[in-house]
Amino acid sequence: MWMFTVPFWMLTVQIMSAEQMIRAESLRRTFKAGRKTIEAVRDVSFDVAAGELVALLGPNGAGKSTTLRMLTTLLPPTAGSVHIAGFEAAREPRRVREAIGYVGQKNSSGENHRIRDELVTQGRCYGLRARDARRRADEVLESLGISGLAARTPGTLSGGQRRRVDIALGLVHSPRVLFLDEPSAGLDPRSRAGLWEQIQLLRREYGITILLTTHYLDEADQMAERIVIVDRGEVIANGTADALKADLAGDWMRVTTSDAGAARAAAGLAGRMTGISEIAIDGSTVHARIAAADAALPGYLRLLDQDSITVTRAGVRRPSLDDVFINLTGRRLEESGDAHETTADQPIGATHA
Amino acid sequence: MPDRLRDTATIFFREITPELRSPVSMFFTMGQPLLFLVLFGSMLVGADANLGAGTGDVWQWFVPGILVMMCLMGPLSAGHSMLSELNGGQLERLLVTPISRTSIIFGRTGKDTVTLFVQAILITAVAVPLGMELHLPGALATMGLLIVMAVGLSALSYVLAIASRPSGNLFWIVTQMLIFPIMLLSGILLPIDAGPGWLGTIAAINPITYVVDAARALFTGNLLEATVLHGLLAATAIAVIGLTLSTRAMKRGI
Ligand SMILES: Nc1ncnc2c1ncn2[C@@H]1O[C@H](COP(=O)(O)OP(=O)(O)O)[C@@H](O)[C@H]1O
Ligand SMILES: [Mg+2]
Repeated sequence: MWMFTVPFWMLTVQIMSAEQMIRAESLRRTFKAGRKTIEAVRDVSFDVAAGELVALLGPNGAGKSTTLRMLTTLLPPTAGSVHIAGFEAAREPRRVREAIGYVGQKNSSGENHRIRDELVTQGRCYGLRARDARRRADEVLESLGISGLAARTPGTLSGGQRRRVDIALGLVHSPRVLFLDEPSAGLDPRSRAGLWEQIQLLRREYGITILLTTHYLDEADQMAERIVIVDRGEVIANGTADALKADLAGDWMRVTTSDAGAARAAAGLAGRMTGISEIAIDGSTVHARIAAADAALPGYLRLLDQDSITVTRAGVRRPSLDDVFINLTGRRLEESGDAHETTADQPIGATHA
Repeated sequence: MPDRLRDTATIFFREITPELRSPVSMFFTMGQPLLFLVLFGSMLVGADANLGAGTGDVWQWFVPGILVMMCLMGPLSAGHSMLSELNGGQLERLLVTPISRTSIIFGRTGKDTVTLFVQAILITAVAVPLGMELHLPGALATMGLLIVMAVGLSALSYVLAIASRPSGNLFWIVTQMLIFPIMLLSGILLPIDAGPGWLGTIAAINPITYVVDAARALFTGNLLEATVLHGLLAATAIAVIGLTLSTRAMKRGI
């Protein structure tokens, strides 16, 4: 049940929809750890247009959270600049803060506080009057399907419920831009699907601009309109999932012949086709990389037929984003996590709930 | 400026709401001071200790000490909860809103102070049936003095919590190493005069000692002693230092 009232800024969004809502320019951020300097973000630039849903994809430790914290005024960049909705974050942090909602990587409702109390507090922090803050608290609870949790404390909620509460906290003031840091991390597949439904709904109904981070490939692949891949503090690719796959990985044709000799002959034929970028032989099977493999395969089969090469099996494979990442870095994304990924970040005070 | 006031009220009410929703919890956090009061205090009375500043009322000597002790313990747990909100995402969630940064400290400190005030009244109320003679204006003046100190101590514990991120080790090391010596060396539980001379020297550089002495004088109704002035100066110094450091820490950004 969607009960948001249309906020006044919806009108302005329409007017400035051609504009960039998020602009990160040459962002850089280092941390001092003892005598060493950690380069968490080295060079990150990208834009997000109004109404877009963009995913920052990268392994653990790539610098996604640090980038998000710079975009949301929580962390001053070592170098570079941030513009949100036309305001420069370093000069007008207040205007930026008013425009954005942020859902951090950790849970954001206090252990001893009731969910609804926290939502009302959040609304008050954004300058809503007490009555409006209470109304908005009830509205977002309703819209995220968690009205029943209003009087509970976070300690009594499931992971999926807590994440929804976090998102509710980020939406209380009807932001124009929403930043979500790993919104679905640690959720079971069903909660993830539910969460994604909510996020898609937010976009459809209110045209909110969304930038989220994830290290789930399938999630970025299916949900985001555009993907910015970051690795070791740098943007290494930026485009739609389809474009990234086509440009940076290419499709594969796969043809199985009768024996290794025939496979070598088949590979030779593939080498003469235009657009082939890579050929690999695996026993009696030939793999050949080419753009739009489904369109190229019939032609390849005709060539093989003309040379009387027996084909027992043929197919095409669209590359995954994983292939894209491997092509760019030589590593698999899901294995290249940082050694010091946070595992036990139980807040110290979690016991006195 | 009204914005900052409003923001401070927002944080104050966020912090105080859980207490209001279960007032019993406030009573439980008083467990230790209450225990000290009832057990330790009764023993002191039983031992016929000569502690009162001439008045001979051991309770009037002991209760202000317990009140100061609460003012040391309260900020400790406040800093602890701040630390856990710093490490969790709760503080970040507030910092991303347009709320004034310093109001986060002022609102929390305000709540700590109100809680301590209520607890101080409860302790005093419990001590009366135990045999303490209550000097009402004196007791109220004591609370006023302790509020000034509590504001400073709770602000200081927030500075410490901020400086201790992310491990929190610093917070534990400092508090564990400081709280008990400060408590013992300020004469809260036993008179300093009873110890050797070097103890007295250390006590003399401990600002809490002056607050304890002042609280004791006030509690018996001696409002115009030099001790009171010294205590007030010490408490004010703690408050000014605490608020200055915490405001600076918040403005620098977390
Ligand atoms: N406050 C900090 N102090 C020191 N190092 C940090 C801090 N925040 C992040 N880092 C380091 O910066 C790198 C990037 O971290 P982060 O942005 O959290 O990555 P991601 O969100 O992509 O997993 C990591 O190596 C991390 O350990
Ligand atoms: Mg992260």
